[in-house]
Amino acid sequence: MELLNALMVLMNFVIVPALTYGSQLALGALGVTLVYGILRFSNFAHGDGMALGTTAVILFTWWFQSLGISLGPVPTALLALPFGIAAAAALMLGTDRVVYRFYRTQKAKPVILVIVSMGVMFIYNGITRFIIGPDDQNFADGARFLFTVREFRDWSGLDEGFGIRSTQALTVVTAVIVVAALFWFLNRTRTGKSMRAFSDNEDLALLSGINPEKVVAVTWLLVAALATIAGTLYGLDKSFKPFTYFQLLLPIFAAAIVGGLGSPLGAIAGGFIIAFSEVTVTYAWKKVLEYALPEALAPEGLMQLMSTEYKFAVSFMILVVVLLFKPTGLFKGKAV
Amino acid sequence: MGGENPYQDDRGNRDRSITADGAGASVDVTRRDGPVAVSPGGPFLEGRAMTGGYGKSGPDILHGCTIAVDRGEIAVIVGPNGAGKSTAMKALFGMLDLREGKVTLDGLDITALTPQARVRAGMGFVPQTHNIFPTMTVEENLEMGAFIRTDDYRGTMEQVYDLFPILKDKRRQNAGELSGGQRQQVAVGRALMTQPKVLMLDEPTAGVSPIVMDELFDRIIEVARTGLPVLMVEQNARQALEIADKGYVLVQGANAHTGTGKGLLADAEVRKSFLGG
Ligand SMILES: Nc1ncnc2c1ncn2[C@@H]1O[C@H](COP(=O)(O)OP(=O)(O)OP(=O)(O)O)[C@@H](O)[C@H]1O
Ligand SMILES: [Mg+2]
Repeated sequence: MELLNALMVLMNFVIVPALTYGSQLALGALGVTLVYGILRFSNFAHGDGMALGTTAVILFTWWFQSLGISLGPVPTALLALPFGIAAAAALMLGTDRVVYRFYRTQKAKPVILVIVSMGVMFIYNGITRFIIGPDDQNFADGARFLFTVREFRDWSGLDEGFGIRSTQALTVVTAVIVVAALFWFLNRTRTGKSMRAFSDNEDLALLSGINPEKVVAVTWLLVAALATIAGTLYGLDKSFKPFTYFQLLLPIFAAAIVGGLGSPLGAIAGGFIIAFSEVTVTYAWKKVLEYALPEALAPEGLMQLMSTEYKFAVSFMILVVVLLFKPTGLFKGKAV
Repeated sequence: MGGENPYQDDRGNRDRSITADGAGASVDVTRRDGPVAVSPGGPFLEGRAMTGGYGKSGPDILHGCTIAVDRGEIAVIVGPNGAGKSTAMKALFGMLDLREGKVTLDGLDITALTPQARVRAGMGFVPQTHNIFPTMTVEENLEMGAFIRTDDYRGTMEQVYDLFPILKDKRRQNAGELSGGQRQQVAVGRALMTQPKVLMLDEPTAGVSPIVMDELFDRIIEVARTGLPVLMVEQNARQALEIADKGYVLVQGANAHTGTGKGLLADAEVRKSFLGG
């Protein structure tokens, strides 16, 4: 019984939140890894791209709410999502046309594009603040919980229980669907395969008649969709604040690198590794241990390895360790 | 690298967590196709008096070099390392900017076309290096070869498997995990999948054992017999010239000797300087 209670606490405070956060990171890291694989540079504008896409979703959500349109228990943001994706796609294709394309024509070294993406980051950053301001925005509506801790406790008769917020369920379900669709696209469709071919060997892709500009355009479309979905899910689950999205860049890159840059599977694994590490290291284990250990061994302190302010340090640590011992990431990134 | 263009200076960056290296395009991928002019007469595929080099400001590698292949022929380019054989092939395929000269295909001047447009015009090319998609399966490599086709290409794939039976056994394996000789077969197979009207092979027998080499030559002759013009670069000059209808000896980016395969083999000077006596 005690162990079961420990497990319930663990579910409520570690497993469910980390699964949710991991799904959000995985979606973000997939976008980063796609740009890296196809365009060959680390896109520093990704976090702010997420923020801008989410901004569009929020504006549409508010508009729908003002019109009285709602999806009942499901957040209205889900209805606004396609419109947000369209806006983000237009933005990223426009950026590519105006900015990145110039550097492709120059056959610029990828490291130049990295710096360029930082410039793009600042611009996106500014636009987001200009449109929606730097403050917290709440746009979640619909049902709050799938089931609450209390409901679960009453149902199971245990001392402890766990609840699942509807945004958490939504995040995980959406992530599974999106990832399945992405993998199907990359591995089964002609366009998806041509993207992998382009990532493998650009020259040979040309020699097979693949149009490189089309591959690049499809990549930005996918990245826009992934970024907007990740950003919206994160915003629904936590809250939307532009600066937070900029900060998300670190765990997202950590996830992509830990998994192996350029490897979609790695991005997903990396997302969950980073999320679980962050949550477990910054969680106060006192309650779980009280249930799990015999009374004599019950801990005095909070049993928290690091305070939550240091959660970014966790991504950094994992990043450093992976780069030291397995620089290509867990799933062999980019076979050269 | 770098040279004049500051955008091509990576300032010593070797950090793979920031940029992906290798496999980048060697041509400007944003280029658009130029006009195609009619240019009747002449061989099926011809690069006439080609002069050019790599990049916008690189030195000329080719100096008025002419290469051609006609219907039903095998043409072979031989020459010392660094003579510009691969460069001539790339020039024919539009992978470097010509400063002078032109490329014609089937009575059309295609000098201004991009490589991907030349594929659609009917050219197939197997480069000397990086000629497969390593993280894709053998079958996906062949599918990518058929990328431009909208009809059912399974028949062609069966033909390729008949030509190279080993590929059929390995079709679910990543091409990057094959042996050198098997990779060459994937590379040739990929080019055949477009059903090209002319096939260009840059050292298809590089790194394969003598037996496989003979086999590959036999296959190439087999392909050529179907009427497909084949233009190839070969290090095994003697063997290649024996099966060649037309031979080119390139030296320092220029035509040194041109003739029939048999004629070049009989030429005392060619034998002395290129065939080792
Ligand atoms: N991508 C490139 N950029 C700049 N110079 C190049 C490039 N590729 C080849 N060269 C130069 O062009 C010249 C001719 O090279 P090329 O590859 O055409 O020779 P080759 O005749 O094919 O030799 P091999 O028999 O060794 O394959 C060489 O001097 C080489 O240094
Ligand atoms: Mg060569």
